[in-house]
Amino acid sequence: MIGLDLVRLAVAAARQVGADAADAIQIASDSVELRVRADEVEYVKQSRERTLGLRAFVRGAHGLRTALVSSSDLSKVALERLAEDAVALARATAEDPAAGPPGDGFARELPELALLDPADREAPLEARLAAAREAERAARGVDPRIVNSEGSTASSHFDALAFASSEGFEGCYEGAYHTLSCAPVAAEHGAMQTDWWMSASRTLRGLAAPEAVGRRAAERALGQLGARSVPTQQAPVIFEAPAARQVLGNLVGCLSGSAVYRRSSFLAGRVGERIASEGVSVIDDGRLLGGLGSRPFDGEGQATRRTVLIERGRLASFLLDVYSARKLGLRSTGNASRAAASAPGVSPTNLWLEPGRESLDELVQSTERGLLVTGLFGQGFNPVTGDFSRGARGFWIEGGECVHPVEEVTVAGNLEDLLQGVDRIGSDLLRLGSLGAPSFRVACLTVAGA
Amino acid sequence: MTESGLEPVRFFRERFGIDDASLDRTLGSALVGVVDAADLFFEYATRDAVVLEEGIVKSGDRHLTQGVGVRVQAGERQGYAHSDEISTESLRVAASTARAISAGAGSTAAVAVRGAGAPKRALYPVGEAPTDVPIADKVALLQRIDAHARGRDPRVREVLASVVCQHRHVLLAASDGSFVADVQPLVRLNVQVIAEGANGRREAARQGGGGRYELARVLAPAFWQPIVDEAVRVALINLESIPCPAGSMDVVLGPGWPGVLLHEAVGHGLEGDFVRKGTSAFAGRLGQRVAAPGVSVVDDGTLPGRRGSLNVDDEGTPTQRTLLIEDGVLTGYLQDRLNARLMGVAPTGNGRRESYAHLPMPRMTNTFMLAGSDDPEEIVRSVSRGLYAVNFSGGQVDITNGKFVFAASEAYRIEDGRVTAPVKNATLIGNGPDVLTRVSRIGCDLALDRGEGTCGKDGQAVPVGVGLPTLRIDGLTVGGTER
Repeated sequence: MIGLDLVRLAVAAARQVGADAADAIQIASDSVELRVRADEVEYVKQSRERTLGLRAFVRGAHGLRTALVSSSDLSKVALERLAEDAVALARATAEDPAAGPPGDGFARELPELALLDPADREAPLEARLAAAREAERAARGVDPRIVNSEGSTASSHFDALAFASSEGFEGCYEGAYHTLSCAPVAAEHGAMQTDWWMSASRTLRGLAAPEAVGRRAAERALGQLGARSVPTQQAPVIFEAPAARQVLGNLVGCLSGSAVYRRSSFLAGRVGERIASEGVSVIDDGRLLGGLGSRPFDGEGQATRRTVLIERGRLASFLLDVYSARKLGLRSTGNASRAAASAPGVSPTNLWLEPGRESLDELVQSTERGLLVTGLFGQGFNPVTGDFSRGARGFWIEGGECVHPVEEVTVAGNLEDLLQGVDRIGSDLLRLGSLGAPSFRVACLTVAGA
Repeated sequence: MTESGLEPVRFFRERFGIDDASLDRTLGSALVGVVDAADLFFEYATRDAVVLEEGIVKSGDRHLTQGVGVRVQAGERQGYAHSDEISTESLRVAASTARAISAGAGSTAAVAVRGAGAPKRALYPVGEAPTDVPIADKVALLQRIDAHARGRDPRVREVLASVVCQHRHVLLAASDGSFVADVQPLVRLNVQVIAEGANGRREAARQGGGGRYELARVLAPAFWQPIVDEAVRVALINLESIPCPAGSMDVVLGPGWPGVLLHEAVGHGLEGDFVRKGTSAFAGRLGQRVAAPGVSVVDDGTLPGRRGSLNVDDEGTPTQRTLLIEDGVLTGYLQDRLNARLMGVAPTGNGRRESYAHLPMPRMTNTFMLAGSDDPEEIVRSVSRGLYAVNFSGGQVDITNGKFVFAASEAYRIEDGRVTAPVKNATLIGNGPDVLTRVSRIGCDLALDRGEGTCGKDGQAVPVGVGLPTLRIDGLTVGGTER
């Protein structure tokens, strides 16, 4: 556990050299990451990082001036020089009436959120190597057509975070993040396909069994063998949970208060409006026990909380940090993210699309003809207009059954039309990182192919 | 002052007390065991960013990163340990960690680092580090850009502009005795314009540029005005754009940045790690035809001042010009030291890493297609129905099945040999090993991009360059919404 000493020192040093307000964040992380490929260790990597970020505010006639500095040199002399740099830098920027640290809304109590199991610190490297080996073996064991792999990767990160603000808040917490992933290669008739699967958890105990990770990855790669394009047409599209998460990722950028006040989101000014079909509800909750995006307070010391963003199709709220909230005349939702070496920004904590009752199989069976998308790729999304056009892979559906794998197609449309067109939502909520989504079906999108 | 090359070595010596003896000891202890190679990578980097939005510079950022990474290689295995503390003690701990994770017991090897310490080239000498330029100059530049953009057209509603500077000192010492240091400046200007039409429709456009040179070059109106003008022009054009047709059609790519297609569709598949492991669709195809006659592609890390250029790569190997495809035939792969050793070939100076906290891997530098002889205008005239794509926002590739996808940020329909309406939301999708075989015309107008590319691989971002002459590709799938 790191103490509050350095963040207090940095804030005090900034005040000493002329800052009217300041906040500081220190992140100490220790991690190990390893990859096994075909039973051979490919690499083992150990990291240790200790970085401190300082934000300083200097008052002017029409608002505060802001600067942000960071350093991984944490000596007292270096921190004092950092404070001087911050204040000098702030004096060169413009006065901004919306700038400044929050005056209230700080986390009053720091709830226990089950962000790590201390025993995991003692877990031997050999155990993680064995898990990666087992995932790799399980993938190869599924089918002789699994001929190669990009490897199975295991990682464990332990982070400690300390924060102090001149406005009367300080706090620290620790968390861990463990992953196991596998990326096998399937081959047949000279053509190769790869896919991946991953498990992530705050505790080693919470990770999926390596055998299950390897098997699922192999089945996904095998399923793509023999994929082909389909003719260009309008069709119903089912987004399988991993692809649904990718769609949600595009939506999240448009729900961000900083995109909204800049009016670079098609959702700007539309709170209260119906923007999706009635089945669509999207929630952000920073205090889920063991949640991969959970934290007791955000990057500005604000209490995290549960925020309903879309309620039964109606836009209910944006994701806000202190600055974007002020610009919009609202209050922060506790969604400021902050790394030591970057400015605070808006990001989700644990954000998900509420699941429905049907299984993915039932979604497919209820579709006479259409596309099941298992993965999206490319960056074809315009948040200003909501227009998207992204590469897709998956399966073609005829008569309620997957009849052949599909590749080299795009799905295109407008994100709002997509949300309005959601007509079935699966029960298979998949949470990975801070985003979670179940599979869902959209009544009609343009599929472009051969 | 990189000309002498000795400056950066002295920088690390004086700043951190790192001397030849401690390097020898560390590499020697890293080599205790059955290992093939060991190396050390020291980094000290300063980065600053100034951002303007809503007409004002709201904040200034300045970040200092320092650290050392110790790597040990045994066969295909790599052990890596890094720390953000640069000291003799942290070196010793990191070396023993790297050794422990990479190999078993063995004998002690003696190591002596030698070499001049200076790269043989000076591709980006700078008198003043871009991070030393006063913040006030950067603020003034952004204010001029804001005023210029808004003055171009009343439909310009928002200008987001930033200037990002980096100054990176690196020092590399390896168990083969190589020892080299480099100072790498990098500057980049980004401009985004949001325009609003009479009907309330809003569209954005981005432009950027930069390279490894002094900031003074970026501060000159001759540099930034064309970038701002271009952002304004494209945002206004996009206000008039119509839905893009979908389906298979002939595509003409404009010169310069559309070279990102080469980077994604072909370049990644030629990186030595994917080739060695056999997971690339281009593995084992040296000497085979992979492109139409006339198509030649190079990766060149030696172009002065370019964003993707380096005097030496992040393993200390001098960069070079590597011919990847010659007249349609595959002639080369991109190698770092590990993959070159395992494949029994020479490294090509493409071992790159994002920072001391990352393992090197084979990466591109500046990748482009050589010019052909066709007149660009005649190439457009040769298409009866198709798409003219002149700018892209980005792309992605699956190197195993070769499938790639690109999103165009500025594209037009071609009807009866004429460029007509701008289209929105166009995406190109295709197959890497196949796409260059469909090239039917190559323009005489090779251009490199303005210096705005960043490539991501396995979680690591590095600056790169791309380039292309005007190119016609037959029968590419265009993803849009209209029939």
